[in-house]
Order: sequence, then C-alpha cells, then structure tokens
Amino acid sequence: MSLAFDDYGRPYIILRDQGQKKRMKGLEAYKSNILAAKAVANTLSSSLGPKGMDKMLVSPDGDVSVTNDGATIVEKMEIQHPTAKLLVELSQSQDAEIGDGTTGVVVLAGKLLEQALTLLDKGIHPLKISDGFDRACDVAIKHLETISEEIDIQANEHEALIQAACTALGSKVVSKRKRELGKIAVTAVLDVADLARRDVNLDLIKIQTKTGGSVEDTRLISGILIDKDMSHPQMPKEVKEAKICLLTCPFEPPKPKTKHNINISSAEDYKKLYLQEQQYFVDMVKLVKDSGANIALCQWGFDDEANHLLLQNELPAVRWVSGTDVELIAMATGARIIPRFQEITPEKLGKAGSVKEVQFGTSNERMLVIENCQCTKAVTILIRGGSQMIVDEAKRSIHDAICVIRNLIKDNRIVYGGGSAELACAIQVLQYADEVSSVEQYAIRSFADALEGIPNCLADNCGLNPITSVAQAKSRQLQENNPRIGIDCMELGTTDMKEQRIYETLSSKKQQIQLATQVVKMILKIDDVIAPDDY
Amino acid sequence: MDIVGNVLPQVLKDEATEDKGEMARLQSFVGAIAVADLVKTTLGPKGMDKILKPTGPGQEMTHITVTNDGATILKSMYVENPAAKILIEISKTQDEEVGDGTTTVAVLAGELLREGEKLIQKRIHPQHVIAGWRIARDVALKRLRDISSENDINSQEFHDDLVKIARTTLSSKLITSDRDYFADLCVKAVLRLKGSSNLDYIQIIKLPGGTIRDSYLDDGFILKKQITIGCKRRIENAKILVANTAMDYDKIKIYGTKVKVNSMDKVAEIEAAEKEKMKHKVDKILKYQPTVFVNRQLIYNYPEQLLADSGITVIEHADFEGMERVAAATGAEILSTFDAPERSAQVLGHCDLIEEIMIGEEKMIKFSGCKKNEACTIVLRGASTHILDEVDRSIHDALCVLITTVKNKRVVWGGGNSEMQMAAACEEEAKKVQGKQAFAIEAFARALRQIPTIICDNGGYDSAELIQNFKVELQKGNQSCGLNMTDGTIGNMSELGVKECLRVKEQALMAASEAAELIMRVDDIVKCAPRKRERA
Repeated sequence: MSLAFDDYGRPYIILRDQGQKKRMKGLEAYKSNILAAKAVANTLSSSLGPKGMDKMLVSPDGDVSVTNDGATIVEKMEIQHPTAKLLVELSQSQDAEIGDGTTGVVVLAGKLLEQALTLLDKGIHPLKISDGFDRACDVAIKHLETISEEIDIQANEHEALIQAACTALGSKVVSKRKRELGKIAVTAVLDVADLARRDVNLDLIKIQTKTGGSVEDTRLISGILIDKDMSHPQMPKEVKEAKICLLTCPFEPPKPKTKHNINISSAEDYKKLYLQEQQYFVDMVKLVKDSGANIALCQWGFDDEANHLLLQNELPAVRWVSGTDVELIAMATGARIIPRFQEITPEKLGKAGSVKEVQFGTSNERMLVIENCQCTKAVTILIRGGSQMIVDEAKRSIHDAICVIRNLIKDNRIVYGGGSAELACAIQVLQYADEVSSVEQYAIRSFADALEGIPNCLADNCGLNPITSVAQAKSRQLQENNPRIGIDCMELGTTDMKEQRIYETLSSKKQQIQLATQVVKMILKIDDVIAPDDY
Repeated sequence: MDIVGNVLPQVLKDEATEDKGEMARLQSFVGAIAVADLVKTTLGPKGMDKILKPTGPGQEMTHITVTNDGATILKSMYVENPAAKILIEISKTQDEEVGDGTTTVAVLAGELLREGEKLIQKRIHPQHVIAGWRIARDVALKRLRDISSENDINSQEFHDDLVKIARTTLSSKLITSDRDYFADLCVKAVLRLKGSSNLDYIQIIKLPGGTIRDSYLDDGFILKKQITIGCKRRIENAKILVANTAMDYDKIKIYGTKVKVNSMDKVAEIEAAEKEKMKHKVDKILKYQPTVFVNRQLIYNYPEQLLADSGITVIEHADFEGMERVAAATGAEILSTFDAPERSAQVLGHCDLIEEIMIGEEKMIKFSGCKKNEACTIVLRGASTHILDEVDRSIHDALCVLITTVKNKRVVWGGGNSEMQMAAACEEEAKKVQGKQAFAIEAFARALRQIPTIICDNGGYDSAELIQNFKVELQKGNQSCGLNMTDGTIGNMSELGVKECLRVKEQALMAASEAAELIMRVDDIVKCAPRKRERA
C-alpha cells in the first residue's frame, strides 16, 4: 500500500481505513482481473458446442442442478470476484437480449482477455489494446452482415426454423430428441407469433414441467396448463364451451382494508349479521352465475360455504390460481380480470373451447388444461423427464430454442455455425490489421486470433485436433472463398456448414461479438482495484 | 497457481469448491455406484431388507423402519454427493410415476455408470459413450415393446395377467409367502375402481394384532371413526348426508366483528341467539331427511344432541380423505350449506347397511351395499407396526403396478426375461455399429444383464452359470424362459406365471439411461459455499 507524505514526513491518509483495504494497482491489477475472468471462461469453454460437457452445480442448500446453459452455470456458481462477476453479467445480458449463445459469449470474452494478456506483456498500453479491439469488432460485425444469408422461414414447413432450433438444442442433454423438441418449439412459437409485426410474445408460451415419463413424452398443448384442480372434489372434471370468469377477489366475506369494528350489542344485531353473512355468499355466487359464466377461476381462496354453493349451482371453480396464470388466461381467453363481484358482466367473460382436468402418474396429481382459447393461441409445452434435473435442463434448452426461433422471425438473416462465421470474420479482421499503421495493428491481429479461438475450442471439445482442423478450415475458406467452412463436430464427413445445416441467427452472433468486446474493454480500463480486505 | 506461475485470484466464494475433468467424473461415479450398491441387495425375490434409523434428537430415534422398497430407502438417506442425489431423484420419480421398480431404476443407472467408468478408463470420450448408450436404449426399448403382449381388458386372460403381475411384485416383499392371497386381494381392489386410476379411493387401514393372513379386502367401505354415543349403531337403508361445515359454534366470518354488550341480559340474549342459530342450522339439515350425518369437522354436544334426538346417527370429525371416500362410495355430495332441501334425493348418499364393527381392538364404521361402490378398504393385520408399514408399502407398490397395467394393458415376462432380451438386442446391434460407440452399446447390454445377475446373487445362486444358461436358452428361441428363483434354475415363465408390467420396465429403462447420461455429461462440479445456518 502506497502512502503519501507531507513536507514533515507525516503520512497523508487518503482512503478511509486505508490499512484495512486491499488494493491493487497497474499491471498487477490488470493481470489479476484478466486471470479471474479467464478462470470463469475456462470453466465454460468445455460446455461449448454439440459435444460440450455439462456442469454439475450444488447450491448452498445442497440442491443439485446439471446444466449446459452458460448463463445458468455462471449464475449458480455464485462468483465472488468483482471482475469475474462482469462475465456473469455478460452472459446474463446475452440471455436477456437474445436468449441463446450465452456460453459462446463468455468463451469469446475469455479468448480476447487471453490475447490482451500477451499484448500487455509486450508493453502495449491497455487503452491501445481496447481501441484496437473496438476497431476490429466493427470490421467483424460488418463482415458478418455481408456473409449472412436471408432464409425463407416459411419454406418447406418451416424447415429452416426447425434446423435453427436443432442447432440450439444440439449441445444439450436432450439432443437425442432435438428434432422432436425443435418441432415442438417451432410450432409453439408460430402458434403465438404475430407474423405481420414479426414479433413474438414469449409470455404466451408457458413451459410447465412435470417429472415422470421421459423426455420423449414432452408434449405441446394448444392451450394453457395450470397446476391446479377443481376446488371441490365433486365438481365436473370437464367444461365444454367454457365461459370463464376470472376473479381476483376471494369467495369470502369482505375484508375492508380500513380497520374497523362491528359491534354487536344485541341479539337482533347478531341474527341480522348472520343472515347478512349468508346472503353474501349467495349474492357472490349468484352474480357469477347470472353473468353466464360456467367456470370461475379465482386468484384467492374460497370459504367452505361458498365452495359448496358453487357446487350446488353447478359452477365449477378453481382457487389459488397464480397471478401470472391469471394474466395468461386473461390474454388468451379474452377475459377481463374482475376485481369485484359487482363488476361481473357477460362481456368480461373469457371463452375457451374446453377446460378439463388431467391426471398424471400414481401420485394423484392433477392439472387443468384450458384449450381452444378465444383470443390468442396461448400454448403450453409440458416437459416430462426421468428426474427433476433432466426436466429443469430440458426447460432451459427449450427456452433457448424458442428464443432462437423468435429471433429468426424478427430477423431472418442467418450465419452458419460450427465456428465458420468466427473463422470468416477472423480472416477479414486479419486482412484489415495489415492496413493499420499504428500500434493498434497488434491488437487487431490478436482479435482475429481470439475469434479463431472459438472454432479451436469447438474442435477441442469434439475430440478433434484443434490446430489441424482449424488450419484446414481456414485455408479452405481462403482458397474456395467460402465462409461456410467450419468444424465438423458431428463427424458427418463435411465441413460445409450449409450442408450440415447448422444455422445460427445473425443477431445472436453480432450480439456475442459486440458484448464480449465491450466487457473486455471495460476490464482493460480498470487499473486500480480497491476492496475491503476480508482475508 | 496456473502453469505459468501466475497466482490465480479467488473467483468463487470461500468454502466453495470446484472439481474439474477427471476428478469431477470420479466423484460422480463413486457417488452413484455407492448408492446403487447400497440398494442392490434388496433386488429380487430373495432380496434383503434394510433398517432405517432416523438421526436427530428425541423420540424419533426410536422409530425405525424396516423396508425392501428402494424409493423408501433412498428417500430417507441423507447424501452429500450430487450424483447420488440424481439417482435418488429418479427413484422418487419412478415411485410417483409407476410405483414400482424403484430399486431397479437406481441399480440400472448405477451399473450403467460402472460400465461407463471402465470405458472412460479405456480413453473413450464420454460423448461417444453417450452416443452408444442412446443407440442401445432405442434398440432395447424397441425389443421390450416387441416382446410385450396385450390382452383384452375384460377377458379372463387379462385378469390372470393382473394376478400374476401382482404376485411378481409382491414376491420380493415381506409378504412373499402369502403373495397369492394378497395378489388376489389387490387385483380385486383395483378392479373395483372400474378403470379410474385414483388410488385415494382404496383405503388401507392398518391394525396391529393378528397375523398377516388375517388381512382382508372389505367389500364395503370402512371409516376409521366411531359413531357418536347415543345414536343407533346399526342403520339399514341409510340415507347419508356428508357435510363439511362448522358444527361447533358458527363463528361470524365477517371481519372485525366484536360482541360488545352492556348488560348481563344481553349476554344471555346473544347466547340464546347463538343457540338458535345452531338450532336453525340443524333444522335445515333435518329437512334433507337423512338418517346418517357425517361431518368433517367437530360437532359440539348441543347440535349432536339435537340430531340424535331426531334419530339421526352422527359421525363427527371424519378427515378430509375419509369424507371424499365416503362421498365416492355412497354417491353423496359434500355439503356446506343447507338451503336446498328439494335437492335432497340428489345430494344424499345411500347404502344398504351401516354398522359399527370391531376389528381387533378398534371400533370402526362399515358401510356396505353402497350406491356407487367405487371406494373400498383393505384391512391389514400384522404382528407389529413395522410389519404393517412394510406390508402397506408392498400393497401400495402392487396397487400402483396394477393400476398402471390396467391403463397400459401390455405385459412382459418377468424373472429377468425382459432384461436379458434387451441385452441380447443390444449385443446384436453392437455388431452392426461402426466406431467406438459399439463399446458403449456392449456396455449397455452388460449393465442390463447385471439386473438378473444381481437377482441370482441375492438368491445365493451361481450367477455366472445361471446367466450363461439363460443366454443359451434365449438363443435357442425359448422366448418365455426366465430365472426360477425357488429352484435356482432356468424355468419357463409362462408355466411359473411370472409377469411384469411393460410400463414399469419402460420407465425404469428410460429414467435410468437418462440419469446415467446426465451424470456422464458432467465434467465440472461446482459446490457453492453452504448456507450458514443459525443454531437455535
């Protein structure tokens, strides 16, 4: 810890409790930051690609999850190091923006930092490095756009979309069923997509999980599935031509928010109150019934008496429907959410083809399916699997696939995977580097090397010789002027990714490169770390 | 420190650990195999039981469980190893989904991983192993479905199949000597459900005393409650009103109500009003003209007396499940309000006879000749609560399997036949597949064959010889051969009548291979710092 002294040799205290702070400066700080970030990237790099491995994560409470999804891994690792945390956020912002490629972005950032480290050792100023990276990034992005292709998502029963979904699912534990799951994801997205506006409201796709069966039993339900059953065991299990009354008020005597006391001072009062109380329930049920509803879904609970009155009036009802489900049902069936019984009108009811109860396994668990909704076609993907861990991982994988499909609907430009796009960009960046006359040249060249690191890592994970296969792919790209040559991860006998039909969205690739560059620049700008010394 | 000598900064929290590559894999293999080894001695008709003793302070220490049921054993174990947790998880899922084969699934996953470990040592990449396993699983599944047979649900053959399946399931349990008796009992109970799969409607009452043989299926429905004192003990042609309503004192449900009076008279008045209110309610109930009144909640003396005076038999405090079952059996509607006596015929349940009976030391109420007759009761007797609990679990397994069979209808031969057939299919496939995957397919076959091997070993037979003879017998084209565990020979399963439910085998195969794949794919284990708990 450096100290400043005044003319009389007394030390200045610059930072409060300076002695108790941990401080790193200059090159030491750069290196420490880069190494920490690299450690995270290294953990993730073996998860990249179709033959990537999974990570097993044990939470503080001892719960186990096994996943291949970059964002989930870094989130559950509970990283403490401040710079490494930046990479966690990087992965998460890719997840939030694009939904896929969360591993790739971290690995790329790791490769860039690795290059930066050697440049620092050469004595190049960090800012020069980050400037160079910035310029190289622009070149790469531009090149990505030129090599991207527009695909017809409609053609051949949306074959392109299915392929893209398969690419996203290929690296996951469910990859065996990627075709089936891909189709499910595509159908789900297309069902709810607004093709005119090229937008997809992902809220309309509900992913429900249920252990049991196997991943093959995963189904698409063209309706909403809610994990609830009818409030009274003797209510009908199926309602056809349902008119749904969506309530956010409980079937209970009113509870005004203001504090109040009702004082009973005589027997008459007591009787009156009793009658009134009875009347409440009758009125409530009557209001619902009179509106023409034939099923009531309520966010709150029911009193026993009200519950029975509902049964007696042949009005099946469901209680404790969660808030998000209520909103989803409202969107899908066109129901208005009704906060007070007095405001129920026939127009506010939602309509659906049928509402029925379905049962799973031996443990007597039931769920409700609302099908053929009036407004939008909200869909549910019901994921099954042999254990909770499989089901959870399948859920994350399907989410990734859905995001990819949505991105393609938004922007139907694709680049080819298998490291081919990165390789093509690397070649372009390398060419550009030679045109730059300043120190940045080195940084730009290093950027190209870092981009090559992705196919390198892919080949490594697939058990191929990374250096040979990357060199081969690169020279073929140059000779044939074909930016689609990549790494043959699945050993299908061709390195042309167009033939292998490995599609990735342009937006995801672009975002990956941009985000990774940004974070690296940010890390390179830190030259002083002050942290409370907790060791 | 890394290779170059840079000091690596600490990235994870204190106390968090990260294992990579070989270390991670080793950890998961060891954990998973340990769990599988633990339960494998319970497998098969000659499998042994385990005693589970809870840890923790107090009385619980004395409450032990003796069981043969894989899911129960695994559920009660506390394990640290994450891979072991995955195995426990699949066993639980198996229990929820099909109810039986909970040991098989854990053992199969463990054996797969044991074979997988050998392959890894041979320097075969996990992804290649997985690729091979996937091929093998499909082949095995196809063979399993091919060898299954289906009978018409109403035929005598199907009924026989059910009995055989129940016998097979029960043969590995404590009650193996009485399995014929119990198999018959379970099949009858399941057939009474008439295709519904709601296990709740089969009530199991456990009463210590007597011998296991004294257990029986009651054709009526038994409620473990007593008829209130002062009421008739035997009602013929009963009209039953099933209610869920407060019969203690009807508290005012409107929020914030308080009784404030300024004189003693008023208190008396209100008390009278309260009483009147209850009287009013009872009157309303009486309008339905029931002869029996069953309530979920407590009934205070006053309304009880009113009801008894009107000659109504009162049963109070029936628990929720009991009520649902009474309602299902007698066809009653569960009432909470009593304002529509005109619907009386519709809402009242009916049964020919209600009487109080004594089983062992306890008084129960028996409803016989019920209108709908969907619910039924199995009364279990036995020397101790431990035995009863285990019999209960065994019966539960058998019932689950039977219900699954009724739904799925397809059956396969037992006695290791299906596993051997699947293994044979995998080996045939392995000969056709090019590349390293073939090793993994062979490994899959070996793992499958481990199941009958373990069953043999548990029986104390020479597994190496038996399994080889088994293989030869299958090769000869004897499709229904299997292990005869009473003689220690290869027998004919159709003669011995050993059948199993296809769905159970399917689920076990799928879940085990999925779990093994999941564990195999892991190359890195990150354990977060355990949450600090405040000691109370």
